[in-house]
Amino acid sequence: MKRRWVLVAALVCLFARPGLRAAGAEEEVFAVPPPPLSEDYYPCAENCHNDQETDPTPRVLEEEHTDIKLHHAEQFRWCLDCHDADNRDKLHLQSGEKIDFSESYRLCGQCHGAKYRDWKKGIHGKRTGYWNGKKQYLLCANCHNPHNPRFQPLKPEPPPKVPGSGTLKSHAKGKHLKEQTHDGGEEK
Amino acid sequence: MSKHNVSTVDPKKASRRKFLKGMAAGAAAAALPVKALAQGSSGFMTYGSWEEYFQKNFQEMTPEEVKATLKRLEEKYTKQYGKKVTVKATPPMENVLFGYALDLSRCIGCRRCVYACVKENNQSRRDPQIHYIHVLRFENGEMEFEKSERYYNPEKVPEEGHYYMPVQCQHCRKAPCVKACPVRATWTEDDGIVVVDYNWCIGCRYCMAACPYEGRAFNWLDPKLPPEELNPDTHYLGNRPRMRGVVEKCTFCIQRTREGRYPACVEACPVGARKFGNLLDPESEIRYILENHRVFRLKEDLLTEPKFYYFFG
Ligand code: HEC
Ligand code: HEC
Ligand code: HEC
Repeated sequence: MKRRWVLVAALVCLFARPGLRAAGAEEEVFAVPPPPLSEDYYPCAENCHNDQETDPTPRVLEEEHTDIKLHHAEQFRWCLDCHDADNRDKLHLQSGEKIDFSESYRLCGQCHGAKYRDWKKGIHGKRTGYWNGKKQYLLCANCHNPHNPRFQPLKPEPPPKVPGSGTLKSHAKGKHLKEQTHDGGEEK
Repeated sequence: MSKHNVSTVDPKKASRRKFLKGMAAGAAAAALPVKALAQGSSGFMTYGSWEEYFQKNFQEMTPEEVKATLKRLEEKYTKQYGKKVTVKATPPMENVLFGYALDLSRCIGCRRCVYACVKENNQSRRDPQIHYIHVLRFENGEMEFEKSERYYNPEKVPEEGHYYMPVQCQHCRKAPCVKACPVRATWTEDDGIVVVDYNWCIGCRYCMAACPYEGRAFNWLDPKLPPEELNPDTHYLGNRPRMRGVVEKCTFCIQRTREGRYPACVEACPVGARKFGNLLDPESEIRYILENHRVFRLKEDLLTEPKFYYFFG
């Protein structure tokens, strides 16, 4: 079973790679959840960006998107470095290639090569699904707000109940079991 | 490597282990009486039926006996919890040895894993409150367990100047808990998962004393598991409902991982710090980590050889 799977994978690699190349796409496509876009905005072109003039000057936005404060190497960057001016439902890469929001990892990967490599291997970020089969990747944008990418602190879940012994100390010292319970010492 | 070692060997402990090993041989021969004695008159109450009380050790059951046992337990739990419960005994997959890696530079100490585990694995919610994962908070640069804190409760995590280390069963290759059990109620499966046969456990807690990682917990009282919170998809050696007087522990979510899924803690982690896979598969993410990152294990000097690794990604 397993061996057959490996064989199929090998064949896919052999035959699919040149095909992909021919189509001009070096990058693999990864299964991801729907990008975390809010319905207020998306689809952007249809909702708002239809007959507006594009103003490419970096500035403080005073009418729309006032909630977006770039905090991501913002000295060097403006919205349209990532968002496509001609099609607001797309992002674009350095090369000019337009990509969907579902492929935003390629945009991030342009500058964060090492993280992108680890992400593809499932080391940075997160994959769900099957450890021995199909996996889904969380987008970088699922964890990092592209406009302010530092991971936001979270409220922790409650601590365990009733301090008995605070640390693994009691084990290391080989104390009596009673002191090792961390469920409130109901044994009394 | 050695700078990561977090404790030193306790000679008292080593000799104690030898002592337990000696006792084990004698006690195993008399397994049934030991069990009966330990459970006292409440034994039948806890088990509910003669068949269950006198059930064989899971490892010695014939396929027919396993089938009958699963069926009996399914009926019992279904009645007890008022909803359909399945009890599987999915065997290990061929050529699979499970391993786990945790990225300490990502973990923010949010405890999402702790409660995802409780929910998936049907732990008692309170009295006793049973957690398989303990998240320890350390000051940066600190490595001594003695100086860790597990009851931290700030508004937000991570906290400045700290790092967090979740600890659970380390699924040791040389598991001291397995050696300590006088009745062979706990053992290592072929895929490397250390399991407990709750019906065979006599509640002596030698395994808990032997474990240097606090990887095991004991049901001092009847577990409290509200029926509406019961996860009905269970495994005999995993998350099926437990009873008073037995030891339990992390099983790498045996009910999920033997079907190819990731453990619940891996899926719950919001920062992606938890990695899981097959140590025998060179293409797995766990192997990638072992080959490309400096990994360490807890209390390596105790020679327990965990299959649970830590790294700074
Ligand atoms: C580093 C590249 C980058 C820059 C610079 C950038 N964005 Fe974005 N933006 C993205 C990505 C990627 C997404 C998609 C996130 C997702 O998948 O939800 C996005 C999403 C959005 C959205 C949709 C948000 C939602 O909640 O649905 C809006 C609106 C937006 N950007 C506006 C802006 C504005 C205005 C600027 C300039 C002030 C800007 N962006 C600068 C990368 C960028
Ligand atoms: C044009 C290059 C470029 C692109 C594209 C880019 N980044 Fe960055 N990113 C940077 C630079 C430069 C920094 C460091 C400066 C800073 O932190 O503001 C940075 C910092 C970060 C950080 C660290 C922030 C912190 O404060 O710790 C994260 C996380 C991050 N980027 C994620 C992303 C994600 C996700 C994307 C894709 C949506 C992305 N980046 C796209 C250049 C880029
Ligand atoms: C499962 C959530 C998750 C996903 C998905 C994810 N990251 Fe991160 N990333 C984190 C966390 C958590 C940190 C550490 C945050 C911190 O220290 O502020 C981090 C840190 C970073 C940093 C800062 C450098 C560092 O090592 O701390 C960069 C850059 C970054 N991520 C880029 C990316 C890119 C690019 C992607 C997609 C290819 C991505 N991340 C996907 C959670 C994620």
